[in-house]
This record gives sequence, structure tokens and C-alpha cells, in this order.
Amino acid sequence: MPADCLVKITDVNFAYDDRSILKGVDMEIARGKLVAIMGNSGCGKTTLLRLIGGQLKPTSGEILVDGQSVPQMNHGELYAMRRRMGMLFQFGALFTDISVFDNVAYLMREHTDLPEEMIRDLVLMKLNAVGLRGAHHLMPSELSGGMARRVALARAIALDPMLIMYDEPFAGLDPISMGVIGQLIRKLNDALGATTLLVTHDVQEALMIVDYVYFVSDGQIVAQGTPEEIKASADPFVHQFVFGEADGPVHFHYPAVPFEQELLREVAGA
Amino acid sequence: MNNALQTLGFAARFFMMILAYSGQSFRRLHLTIREIYFSGFQSLLIIMVSGLFIGMVLGMQGYETLQRYGSSEALGILVALSLTRELGPVVSALLFASRAGSSITAEIGLMKATEQLTAMDMMAVNPIARVVAPRFWGGVISMPLLAALFSAIGVFGGYLVGVVLIGVDEGAFWSQMQGSVDFRLDIWNGIIKSFVFGVAVSLIAVFEGYDAVPTAEGVSASIKRTVVYSALAILALDFVLTSFMFRGV
Repeated sequence: MPADCLVKITDVNFAYDDRSILKGVDMEIARGKLVAIMGNSGCGKTTLLRLIGGQLKPTSGEILVDGQSVPQMNHGELYAMRRRMGMLFQFGALFTDISVFDNVAYLMREHTDLPEEMIRDLVLMKLNAVGLRGAHHLMPSELSGGMARRVALARAIALDPMLIMYDEPFAGLDPISMGVIGQLIRKLNDALGATTLLVTHDVQEALMIVDYVYFVSDGQIVAQGTPEEIKASADPFVHQFVFGEADGPVHFHYPAVPFEQELLREVAGA
Repeated sequence: MNNALQTLGFAARFFMMILAYSGQSFRRLHLTIREIYFSGFQSLLIIMVSGLFIGMVLGMQGYETLQRYGSSEALGILVALSLTRELGPVVSALLFASRAGSSITAEIGLMKATEQLTAMDMMAVNPIARVVAPRFWGGVISMPLLAALFSAIGVFGGYLVGVVLIGVDEGAFWSQMQGSVDFRLDIWNGIIKSFVFGVAVSLIAVFEGYDAVPTAEGVSASIKRTVVYSALAILALDFVLTSFMFRGV
């Protein structure tokens, strides 16, 4: 594995029972880069993040994070690795019974012996980075969707992780919040010297901030490249996805018998 | 049938995991104390009011039956034994299951549905040690205390109706009670019962929450199961425990 590669995925297959989700996926995430994994809903993007985080084990194939094989880690090793990772969940997953401040301080209190005064300074610093220092006393139920996402972002970077993973960070946000989150993801990656993996189906927002893109469809990597290469791509899937066309390689209709046949079918018991 | 066996196996493994991570959880004692506050302290009102009324009804019904045989002075014994041996542990456990058990299931189930448990696990914080074990021990510790309080308030309710309202002799009420209630046989066995019920109800509540299907219907079905399974477990365990504890005594 090259020294500048933080995550390396080789020929990974994954299935839930008989349902195949990922089929022979190969991927390399270089250190310090912001990489997006894009694809339509249910194509296996989030599964990929869960495999890297060790929440799922692949059916076959190898996943290396910082040179260590994730599927072969025991519980202790997995937790040691996760302390160096930050993850932002689709809807923030903030702890609803504690305040914004305590949410961000959570990891510091759990994993470090830092004195409370230092934790206070660090939490305010992280909240300031996402523009919510003034909201530190609020409860998660008092935050808007965009604010909750920013607090979750501050929590994800609480311990200055080497790898930050975002699961659909733009889902359900207004255009302003979307832009704010996008810029924050880019700035935090560069300021922390971290590596970022971004799972999204928001093409336009992601292409403005990322360094490299992988397109996943039906559990396979169907295209990859820099944002410029993706925009110029003639691949029909990439074209359909980037320009949001209703029909193309990804069909509009869920597989079904022809419509005429369905209409003429006798209703049972009629 | 297969599914039920699988769930039972998973619940047994889950129980072992709670025990295994309890040490880790007790190192942050404030988490368990907080749960004792939520499950125990906040159940005080319902437990005390119910205990008072049940004691009052016992006083009334007991007097009605005993006076037919001219032994209304034995009212104190009847009230105290009914409460310490059976009604205290059983009714307080049933109330605890519906008041605290259902809220524990709802809380853990919703934490699962909103990915809070997954987030915790991804942050290298074990959700069983951090969320489940404190709630389990909070229930186990609270239950015997609540049952004891239920019985004490119930005896007072019986006294109010029997002595103050009906006029049973006060000296006979207390002295017969003192002479006939045995600490080991009656009070200690009642405490053991309420401890066992505490383990059963708390385990069912945390398990149902943790095992909930992470949707609105899933959490609602889990809460329902917590109340139903707890009630059945309490009544079945009560029969088993009673048959071991009070054989021919």
C-alpha cells in the first residue's frame, strides 16, 4: 500500500443474506484528500462507510485503514482505530438528552483525562469553527436541521481525527445550509490535515469541494475521476447522474410486468 | 418457534454482556445514580399513592372477613403479611414495569432509531456499558427500595382504615403484627422477590429497547412487549418463588 494512501479497499464483496450489496469494489483514498462516493439511493454507499468503520464485515476482500486490516481487528483494536475516526451521521445522531456543549465534549470526557477547563476551551474552539459558539447552551431539540448537522460536525472533529466520514451531510438542508456545510467540510479537512470521505448523492454541491469522486451503481464502481473529469465524462451513468435525468442506465420504473398486461389482468375474485 | 428461541438466546447473551460491561459502567457511577433518579425516584409518587390505597383496601376487606370470626385484632398481621410477602413486591413491580420499564424501552429504542447508539459505537464508546448497563442497574437497585416503601405505606394505609376509621384496637394491631411478621421469612423473602422482579423487568426493558425495530411502529411494539412480558414474568416468577419460599410454613 503506498505511504500516501490512508484507506485501501481491495476486491470487497458484501451481501445481506442472499442479497448482494457490493460486488468487487476497489478503492484508494489518499491522505489529506477529500473524496466523495456518489450513487443513487440503495447502491451500497453507506454500507461502504460501515465496512471502513468496522461496523460490518465484508463477505470477502480486504479493507486497510492506515495499513491495518479492519475485518481482522478484534474489539479493542477496532475501538482504538475508531478513536482516530470521526463520523457524521445522516441526521446528526446528536445525543438528545445532553446540551450542544456536552455533545461536543462527550468524546473528550470519554477518551481523555483532560481537565474540565481545557475541555471547555476545546469545545468552544470546535463550536466556533462551525459558527455555533453562541449556541453551546442549547439542547439538540432547539436546533434547526442545519445547526444540528454543524454541531454533529463539531463533535466528529472533537479529537482531531485522521479520517472523517460523512454520511449524506447535505440531506434535507436548505441551499444556504448546504453551502455552509460544504465549505466547512473542505476547510476542516485542510485545517486538520485529515482525510475525508463523503458519501452523498448531491452532485453539484459535492463537485465544488471534493478532490476525487467514485461513482457507485448497483454495488460496483462504475466511474471515477477528479471533478473536472466527471463533469466532462461521456459515461451514460455519470451523465444521467450529474444532470439528473429521469431515465438512462438507471431506470425510472421499478421492474414490473408491462403496464397493458397489468391493466388487463383479471382481479382475483372479481 | 425458531424466532422465539433465537430471541431468547440473544437475550441471554445480551444479559451476559450487561454483566461483563457492568464494571466499566460502575466506574462512571454518576450514570447509574442518574438512572436510579429517573427510574426509582420519579416512580415514588405512583408507588406511594398505590401502596396507600392498596393498604386501605386491605384494611377494609380484611376487617370485613376477620370480624365474622371475631378476630379483627389480627388485622395487622393480615395487612402486613399480604404486603410484605406478595402485594408489595408484585404490585410495585407491575407499576414499575409500566412506569419505568416502558420509558427505558422507549428511550433506548428511540436512541437506536435516531442512530445515537450506532454513533456511540463509532466513537469507540460501548453502548452496552454507557447506555444499557446503567439503566439495568438503576432498575435493579430501585425495585427492592420501591417495594419496601410500597409495603410500609400500605401498612400505614391499613392502619388508617382499620384503626383510625373502623376502630380496631391500636395496641393489638401493632403488637400482633410485630409478633407474627418474621424478618427472614417474610421481609427478607419479599426483598428477594422484588430483587428478582427488578432483574426481570429491567432486563426485559433494556433488551426490548436495544432489540427494537428502529421505526415508530417498531419502538411502539417494543414498549408494548416490555409491559406484557414484564407482567407475565413477574406473575410467573412470583408463583415459582412463592412455592420455594413458603412451603408449608
